[in-house]
Amino acid sequence: MKFETLKPILACALLSSFLVACSSTPPASTTLAGASTGSSTLSGSNVSTGSVNDGSLSGSDLDTSGGLETVFYFDFDQSTLKPESLAALRIHAQRLITNPVRVRLEGHADERGTREYNMALGERRGSAVREFLVLQGVDASLLEVISYGEERPAVLDSTESSWAVNRRVEIK
Amino acid sequence: MLKKICRIVFLVVLMPVSALAELSIEITSGVDNPTDIAISPIMMKGERLAEDVSAIVAADLERSGLFRAMPRANMLSNPSALAEVYYRDWRIVGMQYLVVGNLVRQGQGRLSATFSLVEVSGERVLFTHVVKGRDSELRDIAHYISDKVFHAITGIKGAFSTRLAYVTAIREGGRQIFRLMVSDADGARERLMLKSQEPIMSPSWSPDAKELAYVSFETGRPAIFRQRLDNAQREQLTNFKGLNGAPAWSPDGKSMALVLSKDGNPEIYLYHLATKTFTRLTRHFSIDTEPTWMSDGKSLLFTSDRGGAPQIYKLNIASRKVERLTYNGSYNARPRLAADDRTLVMVHRSQDSFHIASQDLVTGDLRVLTQTHLDESPTVAPNGAMFMYATKRGNKGVLTAVSIDAGSQFFLPSRRGDVREPAWSPF
Repeated sequence: MKFETLKPILACALLSSFLVACSSTPPASTTLAGASTGSSTLSGSNVSTGSVNDGSLSGSDLDTSGGLETVFYFDFDQSTLKPESLAALRIHAQRLITNPVRVRLEGHADERGTREYNMALGERRGSAVREFLVLQGVDASLLEVISYGEERPAVLDSTESSWAVNRRVEIK
Repeated sequence: MLKKICRIVFLVVLMPVSALAELSIEITSGVDNPTDIAISPIMMKGERLAEDVSAIVAADLERSGLFRAMPRANMLSNPSALAEVYYRDWRIVGMQYLVVGNLVRQGQGRLSATFSLVEVSGERVLFTHVVKGRDSELRDIAHYISDKVFHAITGIKGAFSTRLAYVTAIREGGRQIFRLMVSDADGARERLMLKSQEPIMSPSWSPDAKELAYVSFETGRPAIFRQRLDNAQREQLTNFKGLNGAPAWSPDGKSMALVLSKDGNPEIYLYHLATKTFTRLTRHFSIDTEPTWMSDGKSLLFTSDRGGAPQIYKLNIASRKVERLTYNGSYNARPRLAADDRTLVMVHRSQDSFHIASQDLVTGDLRVLTQTHLDESPTVAPNGAMFMYATKRGNKGVLTAVSIDAGSQFFLPSRRGDVREPAWSPF
């Protein structure tokens, strides 16, 4: 399915999540004290973008799965993209070129090591994804890297397999 | 906008929240030869007090690892003043020291405590002291007594009257709720400073212990805030794209070292609180983070992976000269210094496990101080006698305090959820 057709759905999703944000949870606007950019309303915890699971409706030349990967994993203390991440990232890049929308690249680390160093590591991972997308031709101003360090683990246990899924960048 | 912020973040002026009293204490090991001391009950004639003052003093001293307090049930007598002390009663049970005292009312809502420290074998009174306060300050009076006794016997200034700041993360209704808390150094009288659905990190005390700086994600990205303890008044200091982290108040209270990545990658900046301006201190393509101050305010220690792996470096602020301090191991990070500027405490990886280690900055001697795993966030008491850190026990974040010689140790587990990132207040 073409990304065009997703636009209203995404807009709807965004709007509804914004409404949710207004009613109960932190909005993501950032104009509190200092001067800063006008922000998007993509709040960290309320919105997830990307996959709309009704791929049966139409074919597409870019992506037929409808479940395009939005989470990319990294090795311990590393911020280089894994080869298996590149295909999906290229599709993200194409989508962002045809449909320029602001996205957040949320970088995460596993719990090992110190919290602020892990913030830096999460940012490095987000920046690696950002650089890749920009090299593919995506407008850099659409991409904001936000690191959560080890503060928002996907899985809570302290095991190798949990750590592996916590070292990630999420495209939102 | 301000209204919005108020809705998402709950601020509370230093008010006890007993329902949240989440930390408890478990002493797990002590030193081999602690000093034996008896704290005779410190009470007020004809009045039942809200707190057991002598029990608080005994617990304070025991937590230091240097003392063993005599159980009250074993005492042969309960003197409340020097005139009632029979040295024989204490000598035959092997006590080295004895504290006696009592409380008297000083008008409406106020009281005073008179207390003495006695050396049993020499039958000597080491001091007699009076402290006055409000009825609501019985715990403060107890910690004050502990400080005086500790100092007189060990020669080290007591830090029982100081406070802790820390962050809790508790799963509530399917979401992680973050709280910035402040408690007494013994974990009692926990108070809520900030509650948020987004992460809170890196609490740092102002040198006068009246304010905290911290990182909050409430705006959708990390930002540095400062907040007063007494009236919860707060201010957002940074709002840059990228990292806004690791605030560290300077010893003179006029500036803050912090980390921003607005220029491409994490660098250490000085934020001047009066002028609200920034001075960039580091300039390197690697990660520079986790600054902490030397006590003279002229140098910072920080973590950098400029050598390929995280190690601790020292930065002279005037000359910008950078010098590497740690060479032992492949991961040394988040430095903190004891007040003597000589003992560096940090997170150190050895055998694939993260521990807290100390390094003597004069001799270079490195000691691994903890046996737990996934240890992080060490913070040194202002008297240098103990440090606290965060670790995991059964998948739960807990705080642990250890004497700097690693001889004694106690846990401060949270009743529910994780507790992390302790920051020990200055005196």
